Amino acid sequence: MIEFKNIKKSFDNKPVLHGIDGVFEPGRTNLIIGTSGTGKSVLLKCMVGLLEPDEGSVLYDDRDFTHASRNVRREIRRDIGMLFQGAALFDSKTVEQNVMFPLDVLTEMPKDEKLDRVNFVLKRVGLENVNHLMPSEISGGMKKRVGIARAIVNSSKYLYCDEPNSGLDPMTAILIDNLIKEITEEFDITTVVVTHDMNSVMEIGDYIIYMYKGSKLWEGDSSEILGTSVPELKEFIYSNKLVQALKDGENPES
Amino acid sequence: MRGIGNYFIFLGNLFIKREAFKTYIKQIIDECIKVGIDSIVIVTIVSTFIGAVTCIQTAYNLVSPLIPRYVISLVVRDMTLLELAPTITAIVFAGKVGSNIAGELGTMKISEQVDALEVMGINSVSFLGLPKIVACLIMYPMLVILAGFLAIMGGYVAGTVTNVVTPQDYIYGIRADFNEFNVTFALIKSFVFAFLVASISSYKGYKTTGGALEVGQSSTSAVTNSCIAILVADYLLAQLLL
Repeated sequence: MIEFKNIKKSFDNKPVLHGIDGVFEPGRTNLIIGTSGTGKSVLLKCMVGLLEPDEGSVLYDDRDFTHASRNVRREIRRDIGMLFQGAALFDSKTVEQNVMFPLDVLTEMPKDEKLDRVNFVLKRVGLENVNHLMPSEISGGMKKRVGIARAIVNSSKYLYCDEPNSGLDPMTAILIDNLIKEITEEFDITTVVVTHDMNSVMEIGDYIIYMYKGSKLWEGDSSEILGTSVPELKEFIYSNKLVQALKDGENPES
Repeated sequence: MRGIGNYFIFLGNLFIKREAFKTYIKQIIDECIKVGIDSIVIVTIVSTFIGAVTCIQTAYNLVSPLIPRYVISLVVRDMTLLELAPTITAIVFAGKVGSNIAGELGTMKISEQVDALEVMGINSVSFLGLPKIVACLIMYPMLVILAGFLAIMGGYVAGTVTNVVTPQDYIYGIRADFNEFNVTFALIKSFVFAFLVASISSYKGYKTTGGALEVGQSSTSAVTNSCIAILVADYLLAQLLL
């Protein structure tokens, strides 16, 4: 479980986050949604420790991450996997080396065991016979899959995904969404996805936080979101013509 | 001043909470190949020609018949050991290796590869910077030794081919009044310059933010700052040790 309390963050005296609270349960796909520039990625970076919040704290299974010593933070971080927007694969390493990297650096596992684990997670994300390809030789969707494989290879308890669908075609985006949801449920991971893709919201949103101008404006699940009365959220949702058509009960092809 | 302060904080982070040393061994070997082996060609070309030019220009300036010709190779030897091999090679090294380090780390920074390491709980500063610095400290003194040898050989070839000095005079001059400390001095300089180039370039690369334009700026800044640091250190070491 990930709990964050009163997270505040400013850049050059300009507030970006105005005290955000929330609880993300394990085995659920938790979404942070909102338009660009609302502070979604800043919140995510505060949660994983890439940015330090000005106030507030983040707790991983009741372990205070924000105010912890360097060693404790290090231990907690080793339970965190993250899929970055551009996958952030290491250019100089093959797919296999990329996925094996956390095991190489963070564990004492024998080589054979590491290779088995790498092949297992690569198979799980739907990639086989790509072990020796370089990141530059694979497609964007495959990079995202490799990124997911790398994030879960060390049996992470917490999985963060920053805009997992950016730059992907709609079909591949749905595949990635479903893969994230399946992995979350299968391994009982606490997953947090930052997105502004309404397809993701409807497909995988077990728990959703809507952010607007650095504040949490709404929370709920995908079955509740279409019936929201929050004007800003309505505007966000129905800016998508497909969702608008679904709401109006029209045939989107007409 | 702020930049210098951040540079020292960066140096401190290289050694704090680093991974186990065995993690770095393969990286250090890879970096040694990139830093050392891949620099041999450019160092060979530059040092051979510098030795040759030094020999010809020294001969051109020694017009008095009272000055024996072996002085030409004596000057080539001392200039090579004291200045040309460690310092000029360091400038070339900053241009080749320094820009490469800054570009590589800068690209890793803007493509979130550094963030990926941090999220895994790895100290990215030491994980990425330390192998490069250790590799430079291992390989650069070897390049300086190679450069010194080739510069003296370049002087020999140029001097004898153009008949400004006989082979016997050249060999005699190389051995005459030899001060062993000059070799020690050259090696001390090589360690200092290697550290400066590797650490400044790593720092500049690591501090990159933005996009491709900023990566280019970091590479340029790494080379210029390294060159300035080399020249300042060169002066200070000469004052302190000679």
